[in-house]
Amino acid sequence: MNLPILTIATFLPLFGAIWLLFVNGEKQEKIKRIALVIAIGDFIISLPLFFKFKLNTSEFQFVENIPWIKEFGISYHIGIDGISLFLFLLTSFLSLICILASWNITDRIKEYMIAMLILQTGMLGVFISLDLFLFYVFWELMLIPMYLIIGVWGGPRRIYATIKFFLFTMAGSVLMLVGIIVIFFMNHKATGEYTFDLLKIYNLDIPMGAQFWLFLAFFFAFAIKVPMFPFHTWLPDAHVEAPTAGSVILAAVLLKMGTYGFVRFSLPLFPYASHQFVPLIAWLAIAGIIYGALVAMVQEDLKKLVAYSSVSHLGFVMLGIFVFNIQGMEGSILQMINHGLSTGALFLIVGMLYERSHTRLIADYGGLAKKMPIFAVFFMVMTLSSIGLPGLNGFVGEFLVLVGVFKSNVVYAVLATTGVILSACYMLWMFQRVMFNKITNPVNRKLKDLNMREWALLLPITILVFWIGIYPKPLLSRMDVSVNHLLTQVDDKYKISLRKINLENDEIAARAERAARAVAAEAAAAERAAEVEAAARAAEAEAAERAAEEENSADPMMEED
Amino acid sequence: MEIVIPPFDLKSISPIIIITVFAIIILAIDVFFKKTLRDALGYFAILVVAVTGMVVGTQLGETVYSFSNMFVVDNFSVFFSLIFLVSTGIVILLSIRYTKQEGINNGEYYTLILFATMGMMLMAGGADLLTIFLGLEIMSISLYVLAGFRRDCVRSNEASLKYFLLGAFATCFLLYGIAMLYGATGTTNIKEIASFLANNPSLSNPMIVTATSLLVIGFGFKVACVPFHKWTPDVYEGAPTAITAFMSVGPKVAAFAAFARVFLVALPDVGQKWSVILWVLAALTMTVGNLVAIAQTNIKRMLAYSSIAHAGYALMAIIAGGDFGPASLIFYMLAYTFMNLGAFAVVIILGRKGEENANIEDYSGLGYKHPILAVSMCIFMFSLAGIPPFVGFIGKFYIFSAAIKNGFIILAIIGVVNCVIAVFYYLRVTVVMYMKKPVREFAPLSLSPFIILALILTLWGTIHLGIFPGKIIALVQNSSLLY
Repeated sequence: MNLPILTIATFLPLFGAIWLLFVNGEKQEKIKRIALVIAIGDFIISLPLFFKFKLNTSEFQFVENIPWIKEFGISYHIGIDGISLFLFLLTSFLSLICILASWNITDRIKEYMIAMLILQTGMLGVFISLDLFLFYVFWELMLIPMYLIIGVWGGPRRIYATIKFFLFTMAGSVLMLVGIIVIFFMNHKATGEYTFDLLKIYNLDIPMGAQFWLFLAFFFAFAIKVPMFPFHTWLPDAHVEAPTAGSVILAAVLLKMGTYGFVRFSLPLFPYASHQFVPLIAWLAIAGIIYGALVAMVQEDLKKLVAYSSVSHLGFVMLGIFVFNIQGMEGSILQMINHGLSTGALFLIVGMLYERSHTRLIADYGGLAKKMPIFAVFFMVMTLSSIGLPGLNGFVGEFLVLVGVFKSNVVYAVLATTGVILSACYMLWMFQRVMFNKITNPVNRKLKDLNMREWALLLPITILVFWIGIYPKPLLSRMDVSVNHLLTQVDDKYKISLRKINLENDEIAARAERAARAVAAEAAAAERAAEVEAAARAAEAEAAERAAEEENSADPMMEED
Repeated sequence: MEIVIPPFDLKSISPIIIITVFAIIILAIDVFFKKTLRDALGYFAILVVAVTGMVVGTQLGETVYSFSNMFVVDNFSVFFSLIFLVSTGIVILLSIRYTKQEGINNGEYYTLILFATMGMMLMAGGADLLTIFLGLEIMSISLYVLAGFRRDCVRSNEASLKYFLLGAFATCFLLYGIAMLYGATGTTNIKEIASFLANNPSLSNPMIVTATSLLVIGFGFKVACVPFHKWTPDVYEGAPTAITAFMSVGPKVAAFAAFARVFLVALPDVGQKWSVILWVLAALTMTVGNLVAIAQTNIKRMLAYSSIAHAGYALMAIIAGGDFGPASLIFYMLAYTFMNLGAFAVVIILGRKGEENANIEDYSGLGYKHPILAVSMCIFMFSLAGIPPFVGFIGKFYIFSAAIKNGFIILAIIGVVNCVIAVFYYLRVTVVMYMKKPVREFAPLSLSPFIILALILTLWGTIHLGIFPGKIIALVQNSSLLY
């Protein structure tokens, strides 16, 4: 089958957005239905990617490659491998959930749905781009709808939050643009070809000095997006102010674009610099894990708590990526999916509570389990999934990451593990305060349990949570080859760099040795010369002595004469 | 003594002749058929622009020197002429209803615009410093008058006078520079200056150094780069909005065309040594333009400062030079023409007599009230900010590529950082339109089929060229070979 599935799945939402442009804004039901149909269709279209995915090749699959701007060698080159496959599926799945979750929005629903659908196209495009320019275009494109979603449909401080979000992300990514252009010309210098094609640029051997700067240029773009400590300050603001669906997308997909960027771009393009930067990144990640957890613990606002827990969880993902072994990397990728599911669900849950009682303060709740038993079950599952209880998805990912980290550095592993304990503290404590105890707030007596739509939101996520927790093999088997390939690619290039350094060092050593030898030889020669001279002088002296002796001996003879 | 009259090559200047003749005809019509045909003058002017555009189009691909090497038709000049005609065409579309509303729909309005366009084309095709100067003067004088066209409005008069005094002052610098250069090299022909300088040491000659700095000041004033930018906001604010739109694009682009030709062809050597100074100018222009734009509350002033910042980006293209520099300059100017005129189109549509709607805050809630206009404005703002998939992004990308290719990485970084600063004030317009409640009623829109056409054209340019820039880039790369 040669249908361009990826293109259809990526641009169907955009098509839906254009369709919605021509629908009368008054017909809210119709607009919501159209958006939902598009989202469902998109998810169904992307499903074959999972089933038809070939397990035994590290090549990109479902590839399409069409020249776009020939003059710069920019092409519409897309494809997926075991790393991007799940992020792609996650995006189309959660976009569907988000559209369903936005059913109660009444304010300018048409514009809202258009923004959501354009956002979906932008996010999907980021994960499939195999061309640096194309990647950058999608990366920036998705900023605009997200900015509008937070800014128009957000909470009271939405304008501050959305401008902060936009400026932070933009500030990071423009430096990446400079980096991309530099790589473009480096590649042109080396091969004589103008191209932004990632797969061709993978073969480029970037000098180690340049790697350092380029890594930094990309690092800021990705680290702000992840967000790594200390670039995380935009995240709690954006999360708190965003509408529920915005928070879900933000946590579940947008943050993954940062970690995905590290895996897809930073590691293979700058393997040497990546290795050099490990200590810095690892310590920042650990700082993020612990700091995020501690700050989450003291939050009074549910949404803020979940937002800070994201900072903590993403620290794990970063740590797993930068240990350069298969367990760490697979754990990280799995953890990206897990975090998307469980944190996404937690934001949905907070949103459901907020819709019912219009407060997000933990103190306003308590005892909800009695009034909303089914809700309590879902909430519990998601809480435990976030903590990483064995049998649920979070455990598999965190465990793999920790194994990987342990293999590489015990200190990192020990420190990171404290994050697991801390997450149990703040999540369970939060759950206890919200769901158990006595009902103190009279408003909470009237709360209703889940309706059908909310069931439909949480049930699929819960199924996935159990599935990944109990039987993660279908996911891991699809990642294996790609991750292995990536790691060997990075490793090979790193070794070449090291060998080069060794060669250089050898050469320096050899040169030093040669110099030393030359000095020694000179010294020896000088010594020899001195010896010769001394010998000569001695001989002379001897000769003189002998002559004198002879003279002396001659004299008596003469006297005798 | 026999006087040899050099052969005329009227074909090479046929577009200029056409536009001049018809501009005079418009003037005549206005005089003789004042009552009956006045409304039709605008349509006629558009027709003239279209016809001239077609004639210019046929010149693509040839390189002809004419009038004793004083005028040249090459792809560079042809492409720039097309940009001028596009901008003039759009400005006339914007003007038809606007002039009537403001009571300034006199025939000389269109005549002056066409004359200014003619001056710009002369500048782009000038192969001699004198030709360039001639073009510059024709353009500037027309604009001085146009800036003060609302005779009963004090601000407009102030704008005109300020523009005239400072402009004349700057022109003196330019002329003085040309004279110095003539004194040093014995010629005003760009090519001959280049060959003279190639054979003689240039930097040790104080006359050439002085001439270069005078030329930088002269051109710097016309493109409004910092620190020669002070006139811009006042003039932009005071002039009739349609003329502000015109001034923010046409003359600036023309000055850049001449700037590029003089510095990249006549003074490549000096230019290279001078790139340090231009480097500082570009960095200052971008940064000051963007930072001051943040503080503006009036949309016309904000766009004025944003246009200063854009001059900084364009200056970067000239500094970069090489095989990407001029091409990126042309592309950026085209991109800038579409997006900036688009933004002004929205401002004009929302304006009412007396320009009350010029404050950014007045756009509050536009997203509720006029969704299509608000979306258009959003697109122009995002494009000006350089966010894909709009043409502004491709333009900036092109310029940064040129800078990086030729080793100006620090300047490129300053450029991208400036993009982030710029995002702040462009976003504010969208914030106001979509995220704030309306502060008061909007006036009825001043819509006409022409202004809608202008909006569609600029939108098309901003979006289409952003997504499919391939053909234009190919064309531009062919046009960048400055002999």
